[in-house]
Amino acid sequence: MSSKSTTKTPQAERVTTTEDIHPMTGFLRMDRMPHIWCPTCGIGTTVKCFAAALDKENYDLDKVAVVSGIGCTGRVAGYMKLDSFHTTHGRAIPFATGLHLANPELKVVVFSGDGDLIAIGGNHFIHAARRNIDITVICINNFIYGMTGGQCAPTTPLTANTSTTPYGNYEHPFNLPHLATSCGAVYVARWSALHIRRLTKSLQEALRKKGFSFVEVITPCSTLYARRNKLGTGLDLMNYYHDMCEIDHDVHPEDVDINFQENITLGKFVDIEKPTFLDCLEDGYKEKLGDKYLSVRSSHTRELVGHD
Amino acid sequence: MIKGQVEIRVTGYGGQGVVLSGYIIGRAVTIYDDKNATMTQSFGPEARGSACSISMIISPDPIYYPYVTSPNILIVMSPEGYTKHYPGVTDDAIIIVEEDIVHPGKIKDTQTLYTCPATRIAEELGRRLVLNVVMLGFFTAATELISEEAMRKSIEASVPEGTQKLNLTAFNNGYAYFQESKEKAEEKARTQA
Amino acid sequence: MKADPKGVLTGAHYIDGDHACAEGAIAAGCRFFAGYPITPSTEAAERIASRFPFVGGTFIQMEDELASMAAILGASWGGRKSMTVTSGPGFSLMMENIGLGVMMEVPCVIANVQRGGPSTGLPTMVGQQDMMQARWGSHGDYAIIALAPQSPQESFDLTITAFNFSEKYRVPVLFMLDECIGHMTEKVVIPPAEEIEIEPRRLTDKPPGDYLPYETGKDLIPDMADAGMGYRFHTTGLTHDERGYPDMSVECQGKLVRRLMDKINNRVDDITIIRKEKIDGAEVILLSYGISARVSTLSIEKARKKGVKVGRVRLITIWPFPEKEIAKLADKIKAFIVPEINMGQISREVERVVAGKCDVISVPHAGGGVHDPEVILEAIMEAVK
Repeated sequence: MSSKSTTKTPQAERVTTTEDIHPMTGFLRMDRMPHIWCPTCGIGTTVKCFAAALDKENYDLDKVAVVSGIGCTGRVAGYMKLDSFHTTHGRAIPFATGLHLANPELKVVVFSGDGDLIAIGGNHFIHAARRNIDITVICINNFIYGMTGGQCAPTTPLTANTSTTPYGNYEHPFNLPHLATSCGAVYVARWSALHIRRLTKSLQEALRKKGFSFVEVITPCSTLYARRNKLGTGLDLMNYYHDMCEIDHDVHPEDVDINFQENITLGKFVDIEKPTFLDCLEDGYKEKLGDKYLSVRSSHTRELVGHD
Repeated sequence: MIKGQVEIRVTGYGGQGVVLSGYIIGRAVTIYDDKNATMTQSFGPEARGSACSISMIISPDPIYYPYVTSPNILIVMSPEGYTKHYPGVTDDAIIIVEEDIVHPGKIKDTQTLYTCPATRIAEELGRRLVLNVVMLGFFTAATELISEEAMRKSIEASVPEGTQKLNLTAFNNGYAYFQESKEKAEEKARTQA
Repeated sequence: MKADPKGVLTGAHYIDGDHACAEGAIAAGCRFFAGYPITPSTEAAERIASRFPFVGGTFIQMEDELASMAAILGASWGGRKSMTVTSGPGFSLMMENIGLGVMMEVPCVIANVQRGGPSTGLPTMVGQQDMMQARWGSHGDYAIIALAPQSPQESFDLTITAFNFSEKYRVPVLFMLDECIGHMTEKVVIPPAEEIEIEPRRLTDKPPGDYLPYETGKDLIPDMADAGMGYRFHTTGLTHDERGYPDMSVECQGKLVRRLMDKINNRVDDITIIRKEKIDGAEVILLSYGISARVSTLSIEKARKKGVKVGRVRLITIWPFPEKEIAKLADKIKAFIVPEINMGQISREVERVVAGKCDVISVPHAGGGVHDPEVILEAIMEAVK
């Protein structure tokens, strides 16, 4: 990028960009680069889209927090220059629930992988969606456990090869948009690491959405998933997304299953309004207790921990 | 007046207000009579059954061992409660039963049995539910363990808002019933003499 | 600073140990609670649920104890004093994120109303069998603080202490009640708010550019920044440096683990709460904690009536273990007698500390009830024979 570029400067940066500064510098911990992700991994692409979404939506970055679990995607928290929490395996959502409820002024985003969020963290996922906790969950789905070396995930398509299904996967995978929708999520979308403009826009919508918003991002894992399944390189996977992804916003989420190397349906499947957990809590208390109810939002948290 | 450490057990059907009775007695003793009272309860399925109970130790001194071993006073509002808890009482125990619900068998000569038609007295007030407080009035008069005033204050502090008057009347009527029956018994004893 | 009067129910109450714990938490400034129902701790959660709407607190019943523990860590970073209550099976599930709390140095309080174990064990009956789990339950090496009350009054008082310690030392504090104390109803006096001392959060006064989340001074405890204050900090359960960044090196691990332990262990004197009685000239000392200490009072009284010189040590702070205090006493006595409702967990710790200088006589109880004071008396008499 040239210093004379007319490209909008990310608001987080607020300084003139120079040729050697990445446009997302203001959103990233540059002192932690290079990152650990493999070449052609889709996590970085998704992080870029997320940063762009924050930028376009003009969020005060002091009031945005990212919570991750464990795994390749779990490392996102470590690279985002936000209040960022790299928690335990599967527990990003309940951690984020506490963070959000303690300070509803924060925009809390959970950024984690399919194994973290849906296998070990599956129970938390369904309950946070059911309660309509006002957080955004970005789930990187690369069909495999990356960090631990290519084991079967709850999203691995039937027959796909992983290190723990060396003769092909014999477990039915989860259809994540269907799961999220069934549990009560108010915003549900699926995109791929190839569809970056649509993904960015969708993340903007998800961030804006009041309530439990869920965006699944299909991403290439060339090191493990592609290699074990002889699918070529990361670029080949991108080509697969190009050729086989269909965008259909009107399809019912129950019909967006993913089978091995077959069509993938992308789109925004759910976008509805529903009172959040906090809305319900506050309305309920106000109705029953009237003036005696002291709003959970009323006292500034600084006072509560004894700091002026 | 009973001196030193006393063990009380109240037993009845779940929903009869057994636990509330315990709170009323305990609060009266500790907050309004300035003695110690340690209460333990039955938990789990038992707490909802027919021999629900609370156990309490009352003492002017600190209470170290929290569990009742053999009650000196047993207040009974269900037949199952009687069957279950009578065998454990002391030889000089005072046993107070709801007379329309509980029909005790033979007790030891050294023990004292009082019967109180608490359900009928409560029904006269239009609320059968306050039978436990009628029993407490009777118990207060019969045992003189806790001051009447402390019990009244405790009832006011313990029962649901808006039911204080009803409960105090229930207490008074239970209290009065004991005194009347005592007078009658004394009168009877005199005439027989 | 003093307690916020809004949360303090000043006056005399007749409540059980669970309720007293809840009131202690609210008085201490706890304004976030996440929990999962489990006997015999549920009454504390219920009390919080009914009281929080009046004090600006947020109550959430989570889907399990894993979630409850994770949620209170998140909430503490969100700037609220946070707690959860549980019992054995739930305590086991919480261990994972108690470790995260230790690693991220998150102030919070976990009350464990102990029941008989292992496994589902005795849900409605007393035990003290999680004492070692409190010390070592999460994987890895760390130091932690655990306190044990012996009455509902102490349940109130020490819950406040637990919150204060957790803020002061930036560590999860384990409040180890037992079913007997939790379900025992007694008089609890709640003092006026101005008499309740509250430890404020150690918030950094550095500007965002200068702040390192895990930089420490002499006391080895880092100052904190809550989320949303503009520091845009990072924290992780991975081994990390002063910036909070992962650093998987032997050096960093050595420095971090040692600091996490030393910040507690170097301050044992400040954290130790211990009650000693008739120690001078004692022939034997009865050492116990929680309900077992309380019950053994009767045995001690009886032994003294028989002319036995028996001293008494009651531990309120269990972890860090007051090693020095106990070792000092070992030189002068014949034996420590240690009744507890487990098969000798703290007794072995005493053995380790006295290192053969005197006998240590364990008086175990497998759980489900408290000791018969006569059994403890027999142990005392046997010890002085």
